Parts: sequence; C-alpha cells; structure tokens
Amino acid sequence: MKIAVCVKQVPDSWAQKKMVGGLLDRANVDAVLNDLDEYAVEEALRIAEAHGGNEEGGANTVTLISMGPERATEALRKALSMGANDAILISDPVFVGADALLTANVLANVIEKGGFDIVICGTESTDARMSVVPAMMSEKLGWAQLTFASKVEVDPGAKKTSITRVTESGVDEIFAQFPCVISVVEKINEPRYPSFKGIMAAKKKVIDIQGFASTGAELTQSWSVVVDAAPRPTRAAGVVITDDGNGGVKLVDFLGEKKLI
Amino acid sequence: MSTVLILADFVGEKATKSTVELATAGAGIGEVTALVLAPAGKGAALAATITQGAIAKVIVIESDDFIQHGVAASADALAHVTDQLKPAALLIASHAFGKEVAGRVAMKLVCGIITDAVDVAPDCTATQLVFGGSTTVHSKVPQGTAIITVRPNTITADFVAANPVIENATAQISDVAKKATVTSTQPPVKGGRPELTEANIVVSGGRGTNGDFGAVEAFADSLGAAVGASRAATDAGWYPHSHQVGQTGKTVSPQLYVACGISGAIQHRAGMQTSKNIVVINKDPEAPLFELADFGVVGDLFAVLPPATEGVKAHKA
Ligand SMILES: Cc1cc2nc3c(=O)[nH]c(=O)nc-3n(C[C@H](O)[C@H](O)[C@H](O)COP(=O)(O)OP(=O)(O)OC[C@H]3O[C@@H](n4cnc5c(N)ncnc54)[C@H](O)[C@@H]3O)c2cc1C
Ligand SMILES: Nc1ncnc2c1ncn2[C@@H]1O[C@H](COP(=O)(O)O)[C@@H](O)[C@H]1O
Repeated sequence: MKIAVCVKQVPDSWAQKKMVGGLLDRANVDAVLNDLDEYAVEEALRIAEAHGGNEEGGANTVTLISMGPERATEALRKALSMGANDAILISDPVFVGADALLTANVLANVIEKGGFDIVICGTESTDARMSVVPAMMSEKLGWAQLTFASKVEVDPGAKKTSITRVTESGVDEIFAQFPCVISVVEKINEPRYPSFKGIMAAKKKVIDIQGFASTGAELTQSWSVVVDAAPRPTRAAGVVITDDGNGGVKLVDFLGEKKLI
Repeated sequence: MSTVLILADFVGEKATKSTVELATAGAGIGEVTALVLAPAGKGAALAATITQGAIAKVIVIESDDFIQHGVAASADALAHVTDQLKPAALLIASHAFGKEVAGRVAMKLVCGIITDAVDVAPDCTATQLVFGGSTTVHSKVPQGTAIITVRPNTITADFVAANPVIENATAQISDVAKKATVTSTQPPVKGGRPELTEANIVVSGGRGTNGDFGAVEAFADSLGAAVGASRAATDAGWYPHSHQVGQTGKTVSPQLYVACGISGAIQHRAGMQTSKNIVVINKDPEAPLFELADFGVVGDLFAVLPPATEGVKAHKA
C-alpha cells in the first residue's frame, strides 16, 4: 500500500500566541509537530507493519505530506524518525495566510499525483482548530471520507477499509474501498517515541520541497479573510479561598451574588 | 432582502437549541430558510419539531442516503440547495458533523468557510475566539456565500414562535458521495441531564474524583447542570467519553463552569476557557486552573460539594 500522512507544523500549544496583521505570528513561537498528527503517523506505521512492513523491500510506504514554511522540515524530521519513509513539503511564499480551502486544494493535488491508496490525517490542527481539511480533501479528490476514526481496519487484498467513527452524534461503523481519506482521533493509539536508531535514520531520509508550481493546484485567493484580531482583556483575577469547613457555603454565596442561582 | 440558509440541527428526532441560535443569527442578516435533511418518511415529523426561531421557510429533503452515507450525502444535498438559493450566508452548527458538511460544501461551491463563530454580524462578519480564548478575531468572506459554523450556546437565542412555510424538495446524491457506507449507528447515551454543549451550567469532575462522580452529579443536579469530565476521568472509564470537555472532547461556553478535581492542563482549558464564570475546587493550591477561576476553593471536593449542594437547594427552596 502507498500510505500518505498529512502532518502540519504548529506553534507549541503552551506558547503565547500573537496575531500580527491578521496572521498568526509564527516566527516568534516554538513550532512543533501538531500533536494530533502524531496519532496519524503512528496509525499509518501500525497499518504498514501489520501488512508487510515499510522497511526497504517491504510491501508498503508511508509518505508524509505537509504544507507550510521551510522550517516545517523540523516537524517532518520528527515524524520521519518515528519511521515514515519520506516526505513532501509544499512551501511557497504565495501560501502565506492560506485558508482551509486553498490548503485542502493544494494537499489534494499533491495526493492525487502521488497515487496513494489511503491518506491519514489528524482530526484537528491545534492552531486553526477547524477539523475540516480531511473532509474537504475527500470532497476534492472524490475519495471516500472515513473521518474521526477511533479504530481502523485495512484489508489490502480486498482494498477495503473499515473504521469506527466517534463524534458527539454517536458511534458509527463505516466502510469503503480504497482510495480513502481517514482522520484519526487521539484515542486510537499511543504514538511511539522516536528511537535513537530512528533519529539517525531520519537524517538521511528525503524531504522533497516543492514550490506552488509543481503542485498542479490552481491558485485561488484565500476565500476567507481576517478583518482584525485583538487580544481579549485577560480575566480579572478571581477570589481563591481555602476551605476551613465553610468553603461550600462561601461557594453558594458567590453563586448567589453573581445571580447564577 | 437577502436570504440566509441554515442547516437545521437535530439530536435524535428533535430540533436543538442550536437551530434556534442559527435562526437568531440568520435573522440579523436576512430572511431565514431552514433545510431539514431527513430519512425517508421522517421529514414532516422532524420539521414539526422546529417550533421556535425566526424561520420563514423550511425546505425538507428526504433520503435514506443521509443515514447510509453520512457527511458526504448531506453535503451533496446542502450544496444543491445553497447553489439554488445563493444565500448571503449558510449557517451550520459547529460540531464534527456540521463542520465537515460545511467544509465539503465550501469545496464543492468554492466558497469561503469560517468555523466556530461565537457571533455573526448583519454584514456576515464572524467573531471567533482563538488561541484558547485569548484573542478575538473578526473574519469575513469577501464574495459569494459565507459558510459559517456557529458554536452552540454562544449566541443568545430568540425563542420567538416559528411558523414557517414548509416545502418539500429533492436532491440528487452523487455516486461519489456514496463511497463510504455506514453499516451501524449507535446514538450517544443520553441521561436525564441537559446536553453538555447547550447547558447554562456545567459541573465537571477529573482525576480528583477518584472514580466517584456521586458528589459531582449531586451538585450538578441541584443546579440543573450538565456533567462534564476531564480526559483523565473518561480514560479511566469513570465517565462516558461523550462527556469529555477539552481539545479532543467538547467545547463548552456555559454561564458557569465548575471544575472539581481537575488540574487545568492546556488541553482541558481549550474546551472550557470561554465559560463566562469559572469555579475551581482543588486540593492543590498550585493547580494551574486556579489562574482562570473567578472563585476558587482550595479543598477536598468531597468536603466542599455536599454542603454546597445543600446550600443551593436551600437557596432555591
Ligand atoms: C492529544 C491530547 C489530547 C487531550 N485532550 C484532552 C481533552 O479533550 N480534555 C481533557 O480534559 N484532557 C485532555 N488531555 C489530557 C490532559 O493533558 C490532562 O492529562 C487531563 O486533562 C488531566 O485530567 P485531570 O485534571 O482530571 O487530572 P490531573 O491532572 O491528574 O489532575 C487531578 C487534580 O485533582 C486534584 N485532586 C485530587 N484529589 C482531589 C480531591 N479529593 N479534591 C479536590 N481536588 C483533588 C489534584 O490536586 C489535581 O490537581 C489530552 C492530552 C493529549 C496528549
Ligand atoms: N498545512 C497542512 N499541511 C499538512 N496537513 C494539514 C495541513 N493543514 C491541515 N492538515 C491536516 O488536516 C488535519 C485537520 O486540520 P484542520 O482542518 O486545520 O483542523 C490535520 O490534523 C492535518 O492532518
């Protein structure tokens, strides 16, 4: 199987984030591999390992695909050190401020050209938090959508995938033929830590950096634009008391004063 | 006058409060049409549950494809109606299903998409709270239909009586949309308490409950609140996953959020940070969640909650 995994480099969740001129100030924060995408990488590796491996001469390959600035190679190295085979980074100044529509279009074009059987994504990038890119890629590609999976089973012989989809609307069992776009929730597995051997091997793996022209996508403007962004007033410091036996009563007094009861 | 299309939101076979919130936001922009996507034979019954909200017209499309092929089939029908009406805005509830349907329609019709709005202005400018609620962003779709998903419980719903004209329609579901097949569906387990994302008050328990949610539930019930949980609690199997609050659970914005025995990891904060009032009960005075508390009690939740529960009951009596 040819498996693609879409991974994004995002600002560290712990970092103070700032908007500058309608864009996230990515230059001045630590950047990491989107932690929800680690589950996608892990799931791809597990699927490959269960069906003939992805080592040299194995039956499968796991290719990372990312769109972002050149420094996203750092995040790709991490995912390569977990065991992915190679990576494609689409990086071009024209993508600065790209919205979901443009991102999904570009990624879908690269995936289409790559001839993959399945694509695996995280459910959400921790910076944009949209949870739409996998569904939008599936629409663009005309491939089956198998998203929010807490369990994935692949049958390479029959070219069939089944998932358990878990959302607030309940639990669904869904199946489809290849090719398909999968996204996985964080409950699905425990991502491995890169081994020393993995880290050394990753240094030699290929990251193919491509500009916009080679993606074959049509350049659209971003269809949604940020008008303005402003920090919200920080929450006024609250009252913290120590329970001396009256904590519960004082809590009720607070709720009463605030007219919450 | 411009038209606004909303995708009517249902839990089970009942229109939700989100439907009324979408109608409220939509009525600020133009005349609201609601689309009901129903299994065959269920359209009239579902539409009949839309009793509130400023909705002028309801369009009903029936097809079992919505059940069998989920998101993709619903997006096909919604895109078809959107393309016919060319509304100024298409408003959809912000949850996994709503966002994915919105994304597919945006891709099909090449429209801009904005997710998780907490407000929508009459000129279709959407307000979002990003980076854990630390930043307010206003976004716009400069041309065409603005596809906006609206976070439940953030717009004050106008519960006017709805008296819409009902119209039946059909839509062709493409073969591409039928590529994924749903073989079974289990609705979420529903207790007697309010829906987490719709509740005015949420009381949540974490690892500090040590598996005993009795005190948390009793306090919640005294307040008429929904019960939430941290991932530590859902992972341990102490509370159903559908009640998890946080980055990979639900995002809630109630009037009051009470966190009991929850430390305040960034992933938990991501789901509750925009609550209007936050109360924290934790044994550890250093617990990071105290930074967000309007009122905090350093103490054992099993000692604090029972008298608080009695106090609330006495207050209400
Ligand atoms: C990819 C990813 C996604 C995640 N998504 C989520 C998510 O959506 N939601 C989420 O909640 N977490 C999520 N997490 C987990 C998160 O990082 C924390 O591990 C989790 O929130 C901790 O839960 P907790 O606060 O209940 O437990 P702990 O951090 O162990 O805190 C328990 C607290 O209870 C207090 N306590 C103990 N006993 C008592 C008592 N008797 N009375 C009062 N206080 C007491 C302790 O002092 C402590 O502060 C995610 C993690 C990852 C990696
Ligand atoms: N720029 C990107 N490059 C690669 N993958 C992405 C990118 N943006 C989003 N994705 C994938 O889509 C998923 C959902 O992202 P989002 O819709 O932005 O929340 C992520 O977990 C990634 O797997």
